[in-house]
Amino acid sequence: MESYNDRVVRQFAVMTVVWGVVGMLVGVLIAAQLYWPSLDFNLPWLSYGRLRPLHTNAVIFAFGGSALFATSLYTVQRTCHVRLLSDRLASFVFWGWQLVIVAAAVTLPLGYTQGKEYAELEWPIDVLITIVWVAYAVLFFGTIARRKVKHIYVANWFYGAYIIAVALLHVVNNIAIPAGAFKSYPVYSGTVDAMVQWWYGHNAVGFFLTTAFLGMMYYFVPKQAGRPIYSYRLSIVHFWALIAVYMWAGPHHLQYTALPDWAQSLGMVFSLILLAPSWGGAINGILTLSGVWYKLRTDPILKFLIVSLSFYMMSTFEGPMMSIKTVNSLSHYTDWTIGHVHSGALGWVAMISIGSIYAMLPRLLGLPRMYSVKLIDTHFWLHTIGLVVYIASMWIAGVMQGLMWRATDPDNGTLVYSFVEALNATKPYYLFRLGGGLIVLAGMLVMAWNVFRTFREAVAAPAPQAVLPPDVSDARA
Amino acid sequence: MVPGLITAALLLLFVAGCIWLWLPRHARALEEAAKLPLDDEEKTP
Repeated sequence: MESYNDRVVRQFAVMTVVWGVVGMLVGVLIAAQLYWPSLDFNLPWLSYGRLRPLHTNAVIFAFGGSALFATSLYTVQRTCHVRLLSDRLASFVFWGWQLVIVAAAVTLPLGYTQGKEYAELEWPIDVLITIVWVAYAVLFFGTIARRKVKHIYVANWFYGAYIIAVALLHVVNNIAIPAGAFKSYPVYSGTVDAMVQWWYGHNAVGFFLTTAFLGMMYYFVPKQAGRPIYSYRLSIVHFWALIAVYMWAGPHHLQYTALPDWAQSLGMVFSLILLAPSWGGAINGILTLSGVWYKLRTDPILKFLIVSLSFYMMSTFEGPMMSIKTVNSLSHYTDWTIGHVHSGALGWVAMISIGSIYAMLPRLLGLPRMYSVKLIDTHFWLHTIGLVVYIASMWIAGVMQGLMWRATDPDNGTLVYSFVEALNATKPYYLFRLGGGLIVLAGMLVMAWNVFRTFREAVAAPAPQAVLPPDVSDARA
Repeated sequence: MVPGLITAALLLLFVAGCIWLWLPRHARALEEAAKLPLDDEEKTP
């Protein structure tokens, strides 16, 4: 009897929680450092500048990445009615990715960095990432190639696009000339370097943090709601529109810089167009609950999934607005951007991941539900409240900073406020941000406890689950 | 000129794709495809 390879899925699911706790803990530490700068204890490897990239890499690539590996490898098997292409390759992908994360956790505090946001890791680790990623691509697409179902379910399209796009982005942005074991120089320079970096940076948001998590949404929202997606046609239009438009929005990160004006405007226009597929897809997910809205009252997993879509809609409205040059002139370089990013990262990415892991884990362990549904609900409220405190404080601080920085005396044209005055005015909001982050971290610890107890409940090793027969959909028809 | 024509062609292709997708003869197949995530639920007693 052929069964699914759920071992690798379980491994990645557990590491999602572990890296989630670690990444958010580092986030809380650096938030505290912004309020109490002496918390770096004068140790270089505890300095804000080194820990901030550790935080972003940990939450994006370790927490988010592990969630994506877990859910994509789960989804592709269930929707293709087939076991993964190779168990050894699956194991290599898991251990290879963990090695990448550990290498990042060691080198970033030691100060080894390319100085490119979200692409800080030095060239030996970049090479390792490329090898692991190619193995992942072979594993995923190889599994699709041997599927027993004629149709490739739309979630796999989103995961597939993410795998291809991230490979392209990673390789192009990291082309560098090594100058030692842990030092390299990019082949790009000046404005071209900035544009390549933000082509990468924005598409890391677009394909890693959006497209892939939409794949998660297209599988787990229908699954948890117990109903097919609201409109399968719309999901296909959503896919093509999103991948066609996202690649062009990167220049909005470089408004009012040395980048040619036409490129800045291009980035702005494509960012505004992105609103349509983003909202179309989110509405498709939310309307899947048509007729079963009552489930939101009792199912905290569904609450995670649907509220994540609400934050997705909010972030994908806010992002295009911030790309408008006149708005960007106020928001850029302020904490408004930090609020926006966390509304997307903690609201959309983390909530859809957490909801999906809660939905998937009992099924993986052969249990009817998680150890405690009440604790899932507690986690939901901790996460939501912490997140709202965080983003509201950053929004207020950001708009205030933007207004203070641009305020000029009409009589003589001088600045009304010095930079340090704006910094002083910001300080109380950093305390609120720290509080919000602590509440979110507390939620993750509740999740870790719940996951631990759920594993304890599955006393014996879970029985392998048999793959579904070929093309059930045809049989049904 | 050429980039403009390519953009127009891609836009038309997108519209044609949408029309193709909404042809009534695809309704049943798409409905079945949408049920794929729920297949194993049906098998679980």
